[in-house]
Amino acid sequence: MVTGYGPIERVVRLSLPVGLFLVLALFPFYWMAVTSLKPNAELYNRRVMPLVVYHPTLKHYVDLLTQTSFLTWTWNTMLVAVVSTAISLVFGVMLAYPLARMRFAGAGLIAMTVAAVYLVPQPLLFIPLADVINRLDLGNTLTAVILTYPTMLVPFCAWLLLGYFKTVPKELEEAARIDGASRLQTMRRIFLPLCTPGFISAGIFAFTLSQNEFLYALIFLTKSSVRTVPVGVIAELIRGDVFYWGQLMAGALLGSIPVAIIYSFFVEHYVAGLTSGSVKG
Amino acid sequence: MTIRSESIARLARPTRRAAPLGAWLDRESVFSWLMMAPPLLFLAAFVGYPFFYGILLSLQDRPVAHPGTFVGLKNFATNFRDALFWRVAFNTFLYTAIATLLKMVGGLALALAMNQQFPLKNLVRALLLLPFIVPTVLSTVAWMWILDPAFSVLNWFLIALGVPKPGPSWLGNPILAMASIIVINTWRGLPFYGITLLAGLQTVPPELYEAATIDGASGWQRFRYVTLPLLKPIILIVTLFSVIFTFADFQLVYVLTHGGPQNATQLFATYAFDVAMGAGQLGLGASIALAMFPALALLIVVLTLYLRRG
Repeated sequence: MVTGYGPIERVVRLSLPVGLFLVLALFPFYWMAVTSLKPNAELYNRRVMPLVVYHPTLKHYVDLLTQTSFLTWTWNTMLVAVVSTAISLVFGVMLAYPLARMRFAGAGLIAMTVAAVYLVPQPLLFIPLADVINRLDLGNTLTAVILTYPTMLVPFCAWLLLGYFKTVPKELEEAARIDGASRLQTMRRIFLPLCTPGFISAGIFAFTLSQNEFLYALIFLTKSSVRTVPVGVIAELIRGDVFYWGQLMAGALLGSIPVAIIYSFFVEHYVAGLTSGSVKG
Repeated sequence: MTIRSESIARLARPTRRAAPLGAWLDRESVFSWLMMAPPLLFLAAFVGYPFFYGILLSLQDRPVAHPGTFVGLKNFATNFRDALFWRVAFNTFLYTAIATLLKMVGGLALALAMNQQFPLKNLVRALLLLPFIVPTVLSTVAWMWILDPAFSVLNWFLIALGVPKPGPSWLGNPILAMASIIVINTWRGLPFYGITLLAGLQTVPPELYEAATIDGASGWQRFRYVTLPLLKPIILIVTLFSVIFTFADFQLVYVLTHGGPQNATQLFATYAFDVAMGAGQLGLGASIALAMFPALALLIVVLTLYLRRG
């Protein structure tokens, strides 16, 4: 393609649209940060220009960390995300490996079922699941969400890994089989070590999805000590009085940071997973 | 030499003698089903069972913490006669249709803008994806503050531009509230479209554009007759994905408007939640959630078949 744009055309075709998308995408985060640093006197003064901070303060952060259970919620969120991601990766491999490598009756049906389950949104299941969790006496325990998050993460990881596994050449496994390794040994010792990039993609996705989950956590976790960040923020930081926005924005920002950090380290894997999920199928 | 052949013999022995259990376990079908059994049982217990139990619940009058009584299709009949139910259905379809359209058009624009060479492109791409990464509840809280009735930063700008005080009540006016949730859903979902379509654009061979240019195609014609047909499968898949999850959206509306004002933004998921968890009518709530099923099932079947073919 001809790429010799003039400087004006380059502004119109590139800088302007990309700049606009960037501003729209990032403004809410900027606004979170600015709000969280403003003292209340500035926050609730309609006359000052709102986009900048004149007297930055960390008061809202200090209040958030000392007067609310925010740290407990963060710990709960991390624990739940890590454990359910681990469970989902293991179960995902157990589904994806046979589907990618073995020939057996019913493989097509199982693959379709996994894809279909991956697409079932939570609001279709939350009412009966709430009853199930109650009957298992798991209300207000982290086990409740650790058990239910994988219902969406396992099919997702299986689907993503299935796509990845199919791209790995078979020769090494065949060689291992000829050397007398059992199928289980072949999978564990030869195949899985080759799939680290796939695990990272699936793992990051599962981790961000767990951090994002709200509905199950809202229903199953009603005590402050077991809440996750999204539920804690909504249930306990939004209060009747007006003057809570600084703390709320501090909470929203701090709650977003773990995901953003992990994401920034593995952004290429994330994008690869994002696009392979829908592009390669 | 003897050592070597001996070791080969030792290696070969187990397979030849084939301890019956080991050989049985190594059969493709046995290995596969044993491997898949734990995750499949797990999914059967926590997805399959709740799904059918939900159907059973929808046929019951089931107040929370009480045993249910079978009432047949009474819950569905109640919904059918309930004006609010139809309002919710209308809201859900409207929300899904407009948000999907905006995400599709905006995502395509984003992909086209990003499909050029410029410095720091990877960084820009990473930043553009942030709305999609950050937990929805937390970014929605930021939007809630942007649209706050008293201290909206958006209204501060509008007033500075001459709009009469106090500016629009974004979440208090039924139409503006619907517009707000649509815009925020678009804000969050657009990067997913954009980055996925960008990946699709990058697979379009440049020779095709060169050939079209030589044949005298204008920029629009190149887009219309080269880019768009090649992107069609990806657009379709992304759209189906997005429709499914927009149709069943819960978080954004629950946090931002709780379905208000006057149920103007009530969607199937939030309405089912209110009836089941707020009013404690599990049976009726389950029937509302199940009302989503026909449309969702259709979408899921189409997408599943499509993914398999791809």
